[in-house]
Amino acid sequence: MADQPKTVQENRWQRLREYTDARIGLGRSGISLPTQHHLDFQLAHAAARDAVKRPIDWRELDAVMQASGVPALALHSQAEDRNQYLQRPDLGRKLNADSAQQLMRWREQHGAPQVVIVIADGLSSTAVEVQAPKMVQQLLPDIAQLNVQTALLCRVDQGRVAIGDDIAERTGADHLVLLVGERPGLSSPDSLGIYYTFHAGQDSSDADRNCVSNIRPAGLAFAEASRRLCWLMREAAKLGYSGVKLKDDSASDILEAPTHNNFLVPKADG
Amino acid sequence: MASYSFDCYGNRWHFEDLKTLLAKATPLRSGDQLAGVAAESAEQRVAAQMALADVPLKTFLNDLVIPYERDEVSRLIVDTHDAVAMAPVASLTVGEFRNWLLSDAANATSLRKLAPGLTPEMVSAVSKIMRVQDLILVAQKCEVVTAFRNTIGLSGRMATRLQPNHPTDDPAGIAASVLDGLLYGNGDAVIGINPATDSPQAVMTLMKMLDDVIQHYDIPAQSCVLTHVSTHLQAMQKGAPVDLVFQSIAGTEKANKSFGIDLALLAEAHQAALALKRGTVGNNVMYFETGQGSALSANAHHDVDQQTCEVRAYAVARAFDPLLVNTVVGFIGPEYLFNGKQIIRAGLEDHFCGKLLGLPMGCDICYTNHADADQDDMDMLLTQLAVAGVNFIMGIPGSDDIMLNYQTTSFHDALYVRDVLGKQPAPEFDAWLQRMGIFSESGRLSVGDQLPAAFQNTLGHHF
Repeated sequence: MADQPKTVQENRWQRLREYTDARIGLGRSGISLPTQHHLDFQLAHAAARDAVKRPIDWRELDAVMQASGVPALALHSQAEDRNQYLQRPDLGRKLNADSAQQLMRWREQHGAPQVVIVIADGLSSTAVEVQAPKMVQQLLPDIAQLNVQTALLCRVDQGRVAIGDDIAERTGADHLVLLVGERPGLSSPDSLGIYYTFHAGQDSSDADRNCVSNIRPAGLAFAEASRRLCWLMREAAKLGYSGVKLKDDSASDILEAPTHNNFLVPKADG
Repeated sequence: MASYSFDCYGNRWHFEDLKTLLAKATPLRSGDQLAGVAAESAEQRVAAQMALADVPLKTFLNDLVIPYERDEVSRLIVDTHDAVAMAPVASLTVGEFRNWLLSDAANATSLRKLAPGLTPEMVSAVSKIMRVQDLILVAQKCEVVTAFRNTIGLSGRMATRLQPNHPTDDPAGIAASVLDGLLYGNGDAVIGINPATDSPQAVMTLMKMLDDVIQHYDIPAQSCVLTHVSTHLQAMQKGAPVDLVFQSIAGTEKANKSFGIDLALLAEAHQAALALKRGTVGNNVMYFETGQGSALSANAHHDVDQQTCEVRAYAVARAFDPLLVNTVVGFIGPEYLFNGKQIIRAGLEDHFCGKLLGLPMGCDICYTNHADADQDDMDMLLTQLAVAGVNFIMGIPGSDDIMLNYQTTSFHDALYVRDVLGKQPAPEFDAWLQRMGIFSESGRLSVGDQLPAAFQNTLGHHF
């Protein structure tokens, strides 16, 4: 077989990927992306798009919630479907009439809970399907150790972060713990976030929330996420507030000093 | 305040004021629907465009979409308007102005002289009755040249921002992306990092790092760490090497307040950066970013359509002689620009409107994963903006920003534009690329199996 002319120029500096997940050193065909890297990108984008658009399958989470023995409700926002959810952020922040009624009845029978855990699909059904069941299993015993009772679990279809405020106000919960599928990145379509608010209500804003982000196998581990949340809950109960004023010192130990320096200049320069 | 009406197909369409007319005349986009200001039917939209075409340009000087007393951006627009510069088009309506722009009367010289005579609302209005090819054709006539350590915006050239973001600001991770970008011929507009943290210490470390690289390789380019303007002021006071001062800006006083800025703060930072005198071939020291929907997302749009709000942000930019103005067109999400079609049109409108106002417009041609858009849409907008003469685009490894979680143009994408349209980098940077052996004498990328010598000397031990 005759030798084919070389059509892909590879990049020697590709090995610098040990320092970053950025798509460096991809090489080129002419001046364009080689086929393999082009299709790798298309696959990553397809996974991220599916994570946004695919209707969520709640079965595994439902099983976990049922086994936990904590009362659970299935709620829905005012956004009827994904298209409306994406175009009307305001509707994804409010419960529909049926869900509001369910909560009202629940509160009449049980009174205000200390802790309510809300699981909303958000922008990644993949993240919620894959991470939320394990996250809930981790959280329930950890929160119980704080001597507060998780009295209610709510899962919400077509829900945004602020729908937790609606739920907290209607139930009168002290602590709102909201799990949500985060906006999927190309390299992280399965990332779950936790938003925590003390005494949340309709007038809560982003400044009242604390966030534990990037919970996924290649990111933050379940146990560490739970540890940070419990720290926030303890501090908020002591101080009487959550949010930007509650400085998250729990995370300081993971902001490590960089292990590698700027190798582009000799040491004498820098 | 006048109201407007138009008769077509036996229907009489009524528009209660100028901002309503502008909003109803705007091509469909989700942000205006979210705000409740969009046209309610396709026919109403065109009726509004027809009524708008009959509005004299001078009307926009008297009938303000946001009152003079209530908004410092309105005051800036009115107080800096140059009536003499407006003379060639002063008697025209919006529809006649479109004809004038398309005619031979509009060329690089006459458009440059006209710019101070135009207000954002005039420019926004005419863009609403233009097709994509009109937006491209007229923008291509404009030439807006700015300079710092190189010259950006010359005809036949297109610059790139090298965007080496890293989720934890790791120096080695950033260095890896900087190297990748330089070896693909990117970085003349600016080597600009979006930092993961706003802490002044971390930001100053990054400023020093980029400055070290630029000095060591003697790169005719400028650096920027895209942090808040007040952090830039702190850094400059502490002697950090600040080339360009960055800030996100919007088109209303209230929206700017939500960004923590006002015109006085921008002026203070502008003066501080000028005093450093770090430019070698020019002294444009500001880098602004904008994007349709920012005023609405801050609930600060005063029922003005999102595109008119965007063009008002260019009036803010214009007051500070920027090196770069970047419309980050698809970043904000589908609730403002729903799909590829809306993103493409918005990018071309922003570029056209900015250029007409005399600004060095670039575009972050981008999308998020919850928008209905993909690489094909970005290729269309990239090609169209390059034909329209966009001053600069972004460059990132493989289109994937691992810090901000969105997709923008890649280092390879700029090379595509150089190949199909013959666009070269800024002349000073072009010469450096050839000197370093990154580009050949004919301007083609020539990095092969060996690293260029200057990089091999520093990096030899890595390979």
